[in-house]
Amino acid sequence: MIFSEQWLREWVNPSLSSEMLAEQLTMAGLEVDAITPVAGSFEGVVVAEIVTAEQHPDADKLRVCTVNAGDETVQIVCGAPNARVGLKAPLARLGAVLPGNFKIKKAKLRGLESQGMLCAAAELSLSDEKDGLLELAPDAPVGQDLREYLALNDVTLELGLTPNRADCLGIAGIARDVAVLNQLMACEPPVEPVQPTIDTTFPVEVTASAQCPRYLGRVIEGVDLAATTPLYMAERLRRSGLRTIDPVVDVTNYVMLEMGQPLHAFDLNTLAGGIIVRESTPNESMTLLDGSEIQLTDGTLVIADQQRPLALAGIMGGANSGVSAETRSIFLESAFFTPALIAGRARGYGLHTDASHRYERGVDWQLQRRAIERATELLLTVTGGSAGPVIEVVSPEDLPEQSTLVLRAERIERVLGLALPEDEVTRILQGLGFDVTYDESNSWTCVAPSWRFDMSQEVDLIEELARVHGYNRLPTAHIEAKLQITPVSEAQRSLRTLRQGLVSRGFQEAITFSFVAPEQQAVFWPEGQAVKVKNPISSELSEMRLGLLPGLAAAVAHNVKRQNSRVRLFETGSRFTTGQPYAEQSMLALAMSGTKAAENWADDSSRVDFFDMKGAVEQLLGRTDADVTFVSARHSGLHDGQTANVALDGKVIGFLGTVHPQAAQQLDIPANTVFAELDLSAVRQGSVPAYEDISRFPETRRDIAVVVGRDLEVGALLDAVRDVSGPALADLKLFDVYTGSGVGDHQKSIALGLTFRDGSRTLDDEEVSAIIDQVVDFLKEKFNAELRA
Amino acid sequence: MLLPFFMVKSGQRLHTVEMESMESLEAIKSAAIAAVAQASTPQELEQLRVEYLGKKGALTGLLKTLGGLSAEERPKAGALINAVKQELSGVLNERRTGLEQAALQQKIEAEKIDVTLPGRGVDLGGLHPITRTIQRVEDFFTGMGFSVAEGPEIEDDYHNFEALNIPAHHPARAMHDTFYIDDTHVLRTHTSGVQIRTMESREPPLRIICPGRVYRCDSDLTHSPMFHQIEGLLVDERSSFADLKGLLEAFMQAFFERDDLAVRFRPSYFPFTEPSAEVDIQCVKCGGEGCRVCSHTGWLEVLGCGMVNPRVFEMSGIDTERFTGFAFGLGVERLAMLRYGIGDLRLNFDNDLRFLSQFQ
Repeated sequence: MIFSEQWLREWVNPSLSSEMLAEQLTMAGLEVDAITPVAGSFEGVVVAEIVTAEQHPDADKLRVCTVNAGDETVQIVCGAPNARVGLKAPLARLGAVLPGNFKIKKAKLRGLESQGMLCAAAELSLSDEKDGLLELAPDAPVGQDLREYLALNDVTLELGLTPNRADCLGIAGIARDVAVLNQLMACEPPVEPVQPTIDTTFPVEVTASAQCPRYLGRVIEGVDLAATTPLYMAERLRRSGLRTIDPVVDVTNYVMLEMGQPLHAFDLNTLAGGIIVRESTPNESMTLLDGSEIQLTDGTLVIADQQRPLALAGIMGGANSGVSAETRSIFLESAFFTPALIAGRARGYGLHTDASHRYERGVDWQLQRRAIERATELLLTVTGGSAGPVIEVVSPEDLPEQSTLVLRAERIERVLGLALPEDEVTRILQGLGFDVTYDESNSWTCVAPSWRFDMSQEVDLIEELARVHGYNRLPTAHIEAKLQITPVSEAQRSLRTLRQGLVSRGFQEAITFSFVAPEQQAVFWPEGQAVKVKNPISSELSEMRLGLLPGLAAAVAHNVKRQNSRVRLFETGSRFTTGQPYAEQSMLALAMSGTKAAENWADDSSRVDFFDMKGAVEQLLGRTDADVTFVSARHSGLHDGQTANVALDGKVIGFLGTVHPQAAQQLDIPANTVFAELDLSAVRQGSVPAYEDISRFPETRRDIAVVVGRDLEVGALLDAVRDVSGPALADLKLFDVYTGSGVGDHQKSIALGLTFRDGSRTLDDEEVSAIIDQVVDFLKEKFNAELRA
Repeated sequence: MLLPFFMVKSGQRLHTVEMESMESLEAIKSAAIAAVAQASTPQELEQLRVEYLGKKGALTGLLKTLGGLSAEERPKAGALINAVKQELSGVLNERRTGLEQAALQQKIEAEKIDVTLPGRGVDLGGLHPITRTIQRVEDFFTGMGFSVAEGPEIEDDYHNFEALNIPAHHPARAMHDTFYIDDTHVLRTHTSGVQIRTMESREPPLRIICPGRVYRCDSDLTHSPMFHQIEGLLVDERSSFADLKGLLEAFMQAFFERDDLAVRFRPSYFPFTEPSAEVDIQCVKCGGEGCRVCSHTGWLEVLGCGMVNPRVFEMSGIDTERFTGFAFGLGVERLAMLRYGIGDLRLNFDNDLRFLSQFQ
């Protein structure tokens, strides 16, 4: 809601500056989003009349005008196409200063002197209109200062109203709040019923009374559409952001801005038989005022005549029934539509209008008669004509109920932490339009006004009290509570610790969108059943991610493109799958690319590979009580020979691998990028340490090297060593993998360090040697492994 | 042939032996000291030690001649020799220590490095500013006895809207710019659903905060289709708007580490709270003078809050006469951006290392 401050001050005029008034409104819940001067800063501009207008001898597009400025007549050279004799327009006189500190001086245009400048609206920052002079009314007093004439020393206030405050979608409602806030009375312009001077009526039938409990209409004959909308009205409309259209539409808009009641005027001669307010029937369509053709969905409330739908009730009028220049008689409509039943309708048609905005939020259901009388009175003044009697169709049982609420003093104090004096409570609520009775039992019985649709509970009244009293005048307190120990599982490893561990390993945390591009996602999950967003921002963000890798891959690509080839990222977050009906799983994903270490003078400058990632994963899963295994696997988007599933106690909890060369191209990332993605809850699962006595007996280490086939997975070999060695094996280290001279072409040498210990005695050399022999024999038998000399 | 020797008077013979021994003792001593002083390596010193003090050394040799002396002369001569032995041993040790020290010093000098070269293996990542902010906010509230609760991001219509007193077609739904998954599921527009789920499953008193990703169908300079919220809920037998004000004011001041940070509460509207408020803080950039960050108002809107609407309690089965409560929701990006001076919302989701690495 945008409105002129001057207009409001006609209703209620507190001793506050514009800024203070705006602040007061904001702090009362009517947030002022903007204070804007209604015109640019200018001086020395007067109302002037063009007396003569001759073609400039040397310029096709210029005219030389004699202009009456009141106290003198001056020569003005002007390029505006509408500069014509008799036109009244703003004249910036010599010495005038226009917006932008533009000073008007004597000038010669193509040899002829111009003693000032006739102005377009844009040149005075009145509007964006810059084609042609601003045309002032024929009765504008020549010589009067334009600021004074147009009352331009005014600002507009723009309210960002919350949906519950539909009552402030009109000056009357705002004035009511301002009056209460300042302990003043708002003086509403008196509205007298207009006595009918003709008998003409028009049949009105309402078949959808639940949606339209009250419908008022009135015939006005002999309206003059050629009449000019009065200056004050045009200016107020302009200041509220509405253009003047014709005097009838202007009056209906003016009353809407003043009272909050949308009105509609039909050209009576276009209506067939009578008004029917009904629900649309299947396959109906209509053309709206804006020219768009719409197919009506079932149950849409329409205003129709005997033949066709005329208007989308409470949203927009139709193309062929509105007033036009030829209109002589109108049917004026003032109706109440039930908010809950029409809410969402406009949006369903992709529409949002001043009327739908108000009706959806709630128009005062007792306002229709006042509004139609007010509009009639204004119309008769502006357009002339004769009004018929008001026709009213009302269904009392469908009208909203006036809620009666009991407000307890004790509850006010409980909710706000402050006891408000009885007279303040009464004053505030009465000022807001409640019918208030104070009961001796420390409570008030309040009947809510018909313009408030947000009053259904005691606490609604308490909010009104708090709002008017002032939130910032309410006390503050410290919360008090009975404290309890919060249980914390020691076995559950905190996400913070995990994140910190990764950070210490050089990983930077990333946060990527939960929705991704389908093609990016398909690289890793070509068969994945992704959850789709019905109304995505773009196709790039249209599928919920099946894992965190697409996002991380994009982040890697982003950084590599910016000369940052060494990337280590991790992210935690949900992946989404179709399930019961949707499933979410918390994941942890890692990406590494570029060199092992940041470029430096001392360390390894080789590039990361699978084993750097495996090391990171092993560290993450670093647990003494669980069996972490890596099993060669395949995963779309990853290198077939460099990918593994990670299993914890035999259960697969994720995977890791080098990007597939093709995927690397598709994703625009380096070929040595390595990814891992793990089930976060499995990673977080730790255990409470259970201490075992340290053995008092010495340990013995034996190193062996065996030569095996190059394709043998070392994991299997290590498992076999552990199995054969039995419980005496305290530790097994793989300390070298060698291929090259001395080892056959298709072979590799594996060096193992076996540490033996027993908890109850010292193992002697023979026992250890016996175990080693068994190990060697077994490896030979199972893997054809040869002990290396 | 030996006899004449023994024929010498015992006194005279003693004198002779003693005199000779003593003379050679002095000679040995001065020769040894001179040799030690000359020695330049530990090996030479060791050689000298063997030469004079070893089993076959000169001084040991002298000691062996004592057997020829009388019982009363023997200890005296022995003491003299031992004194020299000790002295020499001392000189040797001193010289050895000196040589060792010199060698060590030389070694140390040879091992001098350039300590200004960068250290090895420094590889420090960092947390995203959003995570950093969430953790910081969590710390304040868990310190106040709140616990952290989480819930699904694909939320059903009931928990995202209905249970929060936002029925279908309520104008407030238009404020939410919802992403739809199907007719009954949305990407949650706030984490309030977690509050509802908590109220459904636990008995008051409740003190929880719910951080997480939320989604709104809006994308421009100042809106991201995905962002983060932290919502809080307190339900107790006596909690009032005064408590809410006190808590949030203290939180804001603690978060920005400014005891004098002005905080104001503005009436607003949320279907799930009544009374509802929006909370503004004095602009942390200009201190309230008015600047670009605060759109020249001096104030920054940072969160929404209010007393839980009794309707919401009713739907979740909480006795509205016995319990009151409040809820609040704050935008993590907003807080992080104000705290760290980040000017562009979108930077949070570009994952550019030049941005991220500033939060180590």
